[in-house]
Amino acid sequence: MSNVPNDLHYAKSHEWVKLAGDGTATVGITDYAQNSLGDITYVQLPKKGTTLSAGQVFGVVESVKAASDLYAPVSGSVLETNAALETAPETVNQQPYENGWMFRLKLSNPAEAAALHDATAYGKLIG
Amino acid sequence: MSESKRTPLYAFHAAHGGRLVDFAGWEMPVQYRSILEEHKAVRHAAGLFDVSHMGEVAVCGPAAGAFLNHLVTNDVAQLYPGRVLYSPMCYPTGGVVDDLLVYMRGPDDYFLCINAGNIDKDLAWIREQATKFNVTVTDRSADYALLAVQGPKAAAIVQSLTSVKLDAVRYYQFTEGSVAGVHCMISRTGYTGEDGFELYHAAGDAPALAAAVLAAGQPHGLELAGLGARDSLRLEAGYPLYGHEITQDISPLAAGLGWTVKFDKGVDFIGRAALAAEKQNGTPRKIVHFKTGDRRIVRTDTAVLSQGGAVVGRVVSGTLSPLLNEAIGSALVETAAVAQSLVVDIRGTKLDLILVKPPFVKLKKSP
Repeated sequence: MSNVPNDLHYAKSHEWVKLAGDGTATVGITDYAQNSLGDITYVQLPKKGTTLSAGQVFGVVESVKAASDLYAPVSGSVLETNAALETAPETVNQQPYENGWMFRLKLSNPAEAAALHDATAYGKLIG
Repeated sequence: MSESKRTPLYAFHAAHGGRLVDFAGWEMPVQYRSILEEHKAVRHAAGLFDVSHMGEVAVCGPAAGAFLNHLVTNDVAQLYPGRVLYSPMCYPTGGVVDDLLVYMRGPDDYFLCINAGNIDKDLAWIREQATKFNVTVTDRSADYALLAVQGPKAAAIVQSLTSVKLDAVRYYQFTEGSVAGVHCMISRTGYTGEDGFELYHAAGDAPALAAAVLAAGQPHGLELAGLGARDSLRLEAGYPLYGHEITQDISPLAAGLGWTVKFDKGVDFIGRAALAAEKQNGTPRKIVHFKTGDRRIVRTDTAVLSQGGAVVGRVVSGTLSPLLNEAIGSALVETAAVAQSLVVDIRGTKLDLILVKPPFVKLKKSP
């Protein structure tokens, strides 16, 4: 059974968003996503300062099996990326909601998060 | 699409968390826990693989040896009872029908292990070639299950389950005996580059044997390993996989398997003329192995480019080496281009290919 924390918002493309409450947010991929991908071997992340629109490809996650695009769940500009994933991409497998986070961004349209799934709805989606 | 076939260990895989995928028409575990961790377990301790999907063919009769020496490119006459030989089996064009293991059980009694995806094709081909020889060809694939125990601890693990003296069974030799009470053909062979054994046994005995090997192996660090690790292990060791480094269009010479083509064995084998011409004239394309110094996997069918950007080949196998922590692979490249530097484009990033003579990692020889 996949772990779906209650305090996050979820995109149907299996990214999560954690709102900090100060107009910034953290983005990663879900436990379901990391488990489906299998061993993650490489994570390609956007550069600091990149402006992303919701639904836009922000990076690539590679596993032994395949390379998959990652989609920005909300719009904003990238404040920081998780540099530790360059050398330890397996952290995404081990801790998808904690040390496996991918980037932080400054939200350009904070209302967008309300359109994402909550934990209950996402849990049903991956049923 | 016909229904997927299942090995006798289907329930065993499911009970142990195996993630089942279709492979060559078989429902097989690609991994249990993690491909990378299973790979490392085989390099550092041991792994247990179900490879019961592989095909087995008995070739018997007074002309069995002569027939096989005509059928395959390596020299079957070098075999003696208890000895195994690796060989390609070629078309008259020099392209490869399949690669296989030849087991000599007795003067008139041979046994072949062939690739799962090629069983029907191989049987048709072998039977067609056998008509002029006094031999019988019998498909035994459904009768046998096959477990591979691979890794530096494999010998200790299997030895704990048998009274057969495994020290006496050297690399590419086999014997028959009981392992955990199951009658086996115990073969010191494998597809990982590590020491290890492949245990051929009656299909019905597979669940009991797998459970016994797992229980005996776990204190040694043995892990169940799936086809994902099997593929990365064989590529790290530099072993070819049919459909990738060798195909109907890639000869053993192009694949770097010249050592398996015995032109001087004194027998006119199938493909000899074409392979002799290819050797004489030089092979126009060949398989090279590469690493990149980068973690991005260079996947099958990625174009290989010259520095000028011309396409000079394509990748045929690619993965991340769990030991080197970088992408490794093999590519079919125009021979004339191999001396120049080669690059691939991964999502807009140009990566230089660093050509490597495999194995990619240091392997310990089997006794």
